Amino acid sequence: MYEQIASNKRKSLFLILFFMVLIFALAWAFGQITEFGRYAIIPAVILAVIMTWGSYYYSDKIALAVSRARPVSKEEYPYLYNVVEGLAIAAGIPKPRCYVIDDTAPNAFASGRNPENAVVVVTTGLLQKLNRAELEGVIAHELSHIKNYDILVQTLAVVMVGVIVLMSDWILRTFLWGGGRRRRSQSGKGGGNAGAILVIVALALAVLSPLFAQLLRLAVSRKREFLADADGALLTRYPPGLASALRKLAADKEPLEAANKATAHMYIINPLKDLKRGGGPMAKLFSTHPPTEERIAALEKM
Amino acid sequence: MGGALVILIILAVAIAIFVGIYNALIRLRNRAQNAWAQVDVQLRRRYDLIPNLVETVKGYAKHERETFQNVTEARNMAINAQTVKEQGQAENMLSGALKSLFAVAENYPDLKANQNFLMLQEELSGTEGKIAYARQFYNDSVMKFNTKQEVFPSNVVAGMFRFEKMEYFEIEEEEAREPVKVEF
Repeated sequence: MYEQIASNKRKSLFLILFFMVLIFALAWAFGQITEFGRYAIIPAVILAVIMTWGSYYYSDKIALAVSRARPVSKEEYPYLYNVVEGLAIAAGIPKPRCYVIDDTAPNAFASGRNPENAVVVVTTGLLQKLNRAELEGVIAHELSHIKNYDILVQTLAVVMVGVIVLMSDWILRTFLWGGGRRRRSQSGKGGGNAGAILVIVALALAVLSPLFAQLLRLAVSRKREFLADADGALLTRYPPGLASALRKLAADKEPLEAANKATAHMYIINPLKDLKRGGGPMAKLFSTHPPTEERIAALEKM
Repeated sequence: MGGALVILIILAVAIAIFVGIYNALIRLRNRAQNAWAQVDVQLRRRYDLIPNLVETVKGYAKHERETFQNVTEARNMAINAQTVKEQGQAENMLSGALKSLFAVAENYPDLKANQNFLMLQEELSGTEGKIAYARQFYNDSVMKFNTKQEVFPSNVVAGMFRFEKMEYFEIEEEEAREPVKVEF
């Protein structure tokens, strides 16, 4: 258990560093192609942050509004309340607010910029179909997302993707519309061929970066899911609970009505059941969640 | 004067690290102490729920006097326990008495349908879970604190200021480890 947690944390960090390397490479490319030089990265970062700040700060309210969840009181769902409160004690975080979605498809998610402003949402389907050990496994997984500040991590990843997309867009636009260093004579080293090769490299970077960035972001998302599974198992000290829940959730073919592509990444299991059988390794790369069989296998190894 | 500046910087960084470790030790210790206090909060909650439960059951099962007595006695013993060992024993008795009470309630279908009773049952069950989780969190906090005192380089700081390791919550007596007997 502890080894898996450490390994997942290491991998997430590695991926974020990779992001930063990509951003710096793009900044270099920027310097090659345009006349703004490397410091143009700063307005790109500021813009990306501004665009994403609202979604981070109000992540709990936005997630609730989009998913049509309703708040529930202790009297309505004492069972859910007790499970959430107990696990919050085990995690050492304040109890998150509980919400319910009226839908028979079993699923759950958590949101909120920090543990003090966190929410946990479950569907009525989940409450009906899972037993106590399984529900505890799912809630423990969601609370681990909150405790690990995964919303922050996801937002960081999205901001970095935004920066990369902005910059590569900028580069390509500048290149296509003329202007920039290309027109001015190359002084000093190179000139002619060497300069042209660098420009081509920079262009390639600009075109491919958005794709790399998305792949990186999805890889981060998958690693954090594994981490939440492992941390959740540490809370309940009972990995089979979550494993059994995941099995039940994977077997349930019903799609969740309130979810769509924009929110699908938050749920514990992909709510859009349009997974075509046998997508191959490419499908895995483009998915926000690891394949359920792998998650169950990891839990059973603990 | 470059050499003196370098030494000054190294010294400043060393002091910063030192202070950081000391503060981390303090934080971990306080967290563990807080965690212990939280266990008491949950235990208190269980004690407070019990009289209500006894009254509700009495309303339907007046003649089960012995069961009620056992529960009330065990509860009082647990509240008045002084040492950790006494408390452990009292807690075990209380768990057994409560189980007997719920087993008795099975014979009274009217009681089982009573909303108040069902709510209390769920509350008690939830509280048992919370006590366990609070103890688990306490042990986790103690583990982090003790580990920090043992690894390098924080063990140097811990030794200098005589930080002491905290004890895990463990079940000591053999009887507490045995399954609880339910007697009618």
